[in-house]
Amino acid sequence: MTLALELDDLRKSFGSAEIIRGLNLKVEKGERHAIIGPNGAGKSTMFNLITGRFPQTSGHVRLHGTDLTGLQPFQINRLGLSRSFQITNIFPKMTVFENVRCSLLWSMGFKYSFWNMVSRNRALNEGAEEILEQINLTVRRDLPAGVLSYAEQRALEIGITIAGGADVIMLDEPTAGMSNTETDYIVNLIEKVTENKTLIVVEHDMGVVFGLADRISVLVYGEIIATGTPEEVRSDQKVQEAYLGAALEDH
Amino acid sequence: MSTANTTNRAYGAITLGTLLPWIIGAIILLVLPILMGSKGQLTIMSQMSIMVVFALAYNMLLGQGGMLSFGHAVYMGMGSFLCLHVMNASYFGSVPLPILPLIGGFFGLGIAMIIGSFSTRSAGTIFAMISLGLGELMAACVLIIVVFFGGEEGISGYRDEGLPFFGLEFISHIEVFYLIAFWLFVSAALMFLFSRTPVGRMANAVRDNPERAQFLGYSARWVRFVSFSASGFFCGIAGGLSAILFEIATESDLNVTASGVILLIVFLGGVGFFWGPIIGAVVFILLQTVLGLQTHLWELYVGVIFVAMVMYFPGGLAGIIMSHAVAMSLGKLGLLVRPYLTCVLPAIIGILGLCGLIEMIFHMREAPTGETEMTLFWTAIDTHHIWAWLVFGVIAAGGILLARQQSSVLKEAWDQANTIDTPAEEPS
Repeated sequence: MTLALELDDLRKSFGSAEIIRGLNLKVEKGERHAIIGPNGAGKSTMFNLITGRFPQTSGHVRLHGTDLTGLQPFQINRLGLSRSFQITNIFPKMTVFENVRCSLLWSMGFKYSFWNMVSRNRALNEGAEEILEQINLTVRRDLPAGVLSYAEQRALEIGITIAGGADVIMLDEPTAGMSNTETDYIVNLIEKVTENKTLIVVEHDMGVVFGLADRISVLVYGEIIATGTPEEVRSDQKVQEAYLGAALEDH
Repeated sequence: MSTANTTNRAYGAITLGTLLPWIIGAIILLVLPILMGSKGQLTIMSQMSIMVVFALAYNMLLGQGGMLSFGHAVYMGMGSFLCLHVMNASYFGSVPLPILPLIGGFFGLGIAMIIGSFSTRSAGTIFAMISLGLGELMAACVLIIVVFFGGEEGISGYRDEGLPFFGLEFISHIEVFYLIAFWLFVSAALMFLFSRTPVGRMANAVRDNPERAQFLGYSARWVRFVSFSASGFFCGIAGGLSAILFEIATESDLNVTASGVILLIVFLGGVGFFWGPIIGAVVFILLQTVLGLQTHLWELYVGVIFVAMVMYFPGGLAGIIMSHAVAMSLGKLGLLVRPYLTCVLPAIIGILGLCGLIEMIFHMREAPTGETEMTLFWTAIDTHHIWAWLVFGVIAAGGILLARQQSSVLKEAWDQANTIDTPAEEPS
């Protein structure tokens, strides 16, 4: 099996505080990998380091074997990695359709073209319609994205994230702030749209994590204390002590 | 809009609906000079057309790219100066005048590419401050680099010395207007098409959320740079047209005041719609020329209108017009006619009364002693007579009070016009 993503002693300090303290992680192609851990463990920071939002202090991130050190987010995206955000991050003034169509542009090779008309390209528009269909937002097609409900905006963000055809998808707390019904809906959606792709997801809801993930990593104070299948992690003594015991009691 | 049938959608089909505004626009441009053909009217319309090009180009940045520039007159002004140098050059006799704006355009593009290469690194305050600084810098250069800018008197030339274009020498005002109208139409169409290209769409995306755009594979900086350069190109075209119309370029064409005026025009018209700046430019030039002839205080009124627009109608005139779209689609526009007559009309009359009072105060302060007569709203008025003050006072107070009293009715009608009627709920 080839590795989709590899972290090699990844470290990040803000001032003198080391937030990420040497992460080593191997995610295989096609795997669904969940990152769990208590608040403030550095899960979002880890995401931001992998996707180039922040530069790392030391260590390496490799995507399909390519070192991402020093690359900008847009360059990393072009290599086939796409992400969503913990706080909904869409284009609020543009229509839902336009949101999705824009996220297809680069992968369909339009680049900075000012000689093509977006409305005249059949493949582009049909691709966007298809994604709308997948995320069940076809009826909201022509509304400004900013007026959608919270769950719909989250679904749209997942649509934007997968639209470019990236094969490594990173979702940061996709079900945060959702009701049970909405959570079930989004989880089904995630399973559907990330088929045959590598998925890395940060999630607090243990029900979601154990249902969705092939493997789980537990991040505590900037370190991965355990990685393994859901059963392995569940029975891990260190995990029980550090985090999961308390979290599991809630469920 | 239909959403059900996604498979049979005809993408990019050119329909009469999409072409209609352009056909109407072209007809207006063709017919206007026939209806209003005096020299003064033609000059005003030419000036308007140039301002429309400039305003549309400015809105490529502000409305579509989310970049607030305080020094955008530089690109129009530079195009203007360069075109005047071409008009003064010995080879001008072999250059047909109609292509001159294109030369201005490419010069504007070049300058915008140089400045944009560093100023588009970020949007927001940093971009605004760089643009302001560069605007001041260029205005200062006018007085320093006399060779290019001609110092205080600027550069002037003669448009009729170019190569005759199919016999046209562009001496008469109507020929000049049609030349400007041609470039207005072409520029507006190109700018509209630009907003429909991948990079034009991504300009909106970067405006809304630059970070998200980065995670879609686009460098926000490159997208801004392309928009900025394109805007510079069309500003340069406007500059070339200005050189042709006025045959002179001075410091006042590219200083920070000129940049402020275009910001005002675009905001007045509305940044949210492609055609907003067109309304803004037309209304502003009308205010400037028509109101400017009537009163010395026209800038005061324009300023008050601007502040009121920014505070209460940030969508500008286009936003006001489009806010009626919901009521119209519900077929309830008629509900608003009565409250508009009972509320908005008295408000306008009241405000005009207030303007009358302001004009009388100004007249008392500024007119030579002994002169007490003034003309206000086409009526002769004696400002030293209590009756004049009483009449305008009553009109102002009455109109505004009536409008205030009726405002609740207007609000109610507005809400009603914007809600979908739900049939009485059936018992379940």
